[in-house]
Amino acid sequence: MAFIVSVRSLTRVFDVSKPWLNRVIERLPKRKLTAVSDVSFEIEENTVYALVGESGSGKSTIGKMVVGLLPPSEGEVEIEGVNLATETDADKIDTVRSDIQMIFQDPYASLNPRWKVGNIIEEPAVANGDATDGLAERLLEQVGLSASDVNKFPHEFSGGQRQRICVARALASEPNLIVCDEPTSALDVSVQAQVLNLMSDLKDEFGLTYLFISHDLTVIQHMADKIGVLYLGRLVEEASPDALFDSPKHPYTQMLLEAAPRMDGFGREVEPPEGEIPDPINPPTGCAFHPRCPIAVECCAKERPVLETKGAGRRVACFLAE
Amino acid sequence: MSEPVLSVRELVVEIPTRHGLLKPVDGVNYEIAPGEILGVVGESGAGKSMTGNAVIGLLDRPARIASGEIYLKGERIDNLSLSELRRYRGKEIGMVFQDPLTSLNPLLPIGDQLTETIQEHLGVSSAEAERRAIHALEEVGIPAAAERIGSYPHEFSGGMRQRVVIALALCAEPSLVIADEPTTALDVSVQAQITALLKRLCRERGMAVMLVTHDMGVIAETADRVAVMYAGQLAELGDVRDVITAPRHPYTDGLMGSTPLASKGKKRLHQIPGSMPRLGNLPSGCAFHPRCPYTQDKCKTDLGPRLRDLDGRAACWFPLDGARAAKGVA
Repeated sequence: MAFIVSVRSLTRVFDVSKPWLNRVIERLPKRKLTAVSDVSFEIEENTVYALVGESGSGKSTIGKMVVGLLPPSEGEVEIEGVNLATETDADKIDTVRSDIQMIFQDPYASLNPRWKVGNIIEEPAVANGDATDGLAERLLEQVGLSASDVNKFPHEFSGGQRQRICVARALASEPNLIVCDEPTSALDVSVQAQVLNLMSDLKDEFGLTYLFISHDLTVIQHMADKIGVLYLGRLVEEASPDALFDSPKHPYTQMLLEAAPRMDGFGREVEPPEGEIPDPINPPTGCAFHPRCPIAVECCAKERPVLETKGAGRRVACFLAE
Repeated sequence: MSEPVLSVRELVVEIPTRHGLLKPVDGVNYEIAPGEILGVVGESGAGKSMTGNAVIGLLDRPARIASGEIYLKGERIDNLSLSELRRYRGKEIGMVFQDPLTSLNPLLPIGDQLTETIQEHLGVSSAEAERRAIHALEEVGIPAAAERIGSYPHEFSGGMRQRVVIALALCAEPSLVIADEPTTALDVSVQAQITALLKRLCRERGMAVMLVTHDMGVIAETADRVAVMYAGQLAELGDVRDVITAPRHPYTDGLMGSTPLASKGKKRLHQIPGSMPRLGNLPSGCAFHPRCPYTQDKCKTDLGPRLRDLDGRAACWFPLDGARAAKGVA
């Protein structure tokens, strides 16, 4: 099967130094925050690749780099075999760009309140110069709204309906890849179920590929074909949902799954995980998880484990995972 | 059963608007016993937070309590004057809000915020208040509390900040804590820490906790009883195990079924058609009937039965029996 996205040793460093004058006067060094380091993965066509991690793990930064909203510091993103950062053929860039769309977390902030819904939805197609009559109406019906909604404004819709409008907008340029950054975390469970079902249906109908970013393990388990777990900017484990949820190999994944609330966990007494995600400006040496890891051994503090293939379709970055 | 800490009877909250009278809370009844955690769930706009705010007297005008009674340890508190209410807020009722950054004053060290509350309500010396503040911080698991008492809120991480807010809510030793989405803004691992902390404090101190959240997993693990709200009314109230595994109200059934956990292994999630009606535009009869898969003629005309007597579990004319409900509807 063809890979639609391949990400190779992707790294993003942000400069979080104080202004230069303060640095001179207070003799401070430059400070660098490594949000994503050395992340590699591939996404097969017509599948859902999910990135999961806590806040500060770099999942949204990866999403932005895949779409091209942020340039990578190192490494490369290839979409349909084209590296947007280095490609020189303008036609190729145009075709690939119109194949990528994004759905954001907050449907209240990602729709222009002064635009009519019809214009919002058509915008990606207009930008490519291939807008057709009735496009917005057709898309609205496809996402379960009514064609007569084109003349309304975003404030006339509820959160779930707005997220449907975002989905319709993402579909307007007939993309192959949609990057969804926490698409349902602002929504109620019943509305979330509606939006997730809609996304699955559209995926089958149009042969879409999703890069699905979320912190919600239950949503990930439902949607994903392959899951990458991030910790402090690095992939620590990658596996299919069944493998990951049945037998997590990395101690961080195990901790995360153990901590997630369960519907059948009546009166469950969990030993809550210790500590918090460390400061990404001064990350721990060796394996970034070792200060919180229950099974850490001496070498974990010194050396960083690499992401290795362990078993079929599974990659783990841990010395102790068998 | 001992006397309930909080007892809410027939509570109605009204908001007069240009388009008529809205009732975000309409005839709600419940009680919370000492040491009990009552979970309140529902979609946004169901009136969960409004109920909590009414109890602590934080309704923003023009919203007001139109009728009904609220008793705290047998004393009526819904008709108190503002100055009388001040004695209860913080002293008898602690409140934990969703966003820990906005519920702390960014310009004051956390120690000052704690000692202010302690001195106001317990009338102790400032040295004693500081000792108690350090103790409160230690109790919620903040390391090196004595040194961190001079730190400002921005110097703490999200999880630590929420611990400070909990310490603040608990420092005057209230008998009731209202926690409004206390873990929604936090990561999974921190959320587990905070819910474990709430459970431990509730057990140790015999506090009553009203936990408002939309996360069914958190409710299942934390609460003893659950109240499910829909369009300002209680749809179902009962033991957490019963409500989650064998819901009797079709709305609860749909809500539980639409969580990804419940649909494990299925290609599609179960969904409730439509969305919650707006308050100004409630349907006739049972508010849930247009979305209900089991609607009968009676539901369209007769107002749904209210959960008046506290033993009744579901506010539905034709409640499901547990066995059918657990499977969900295709």
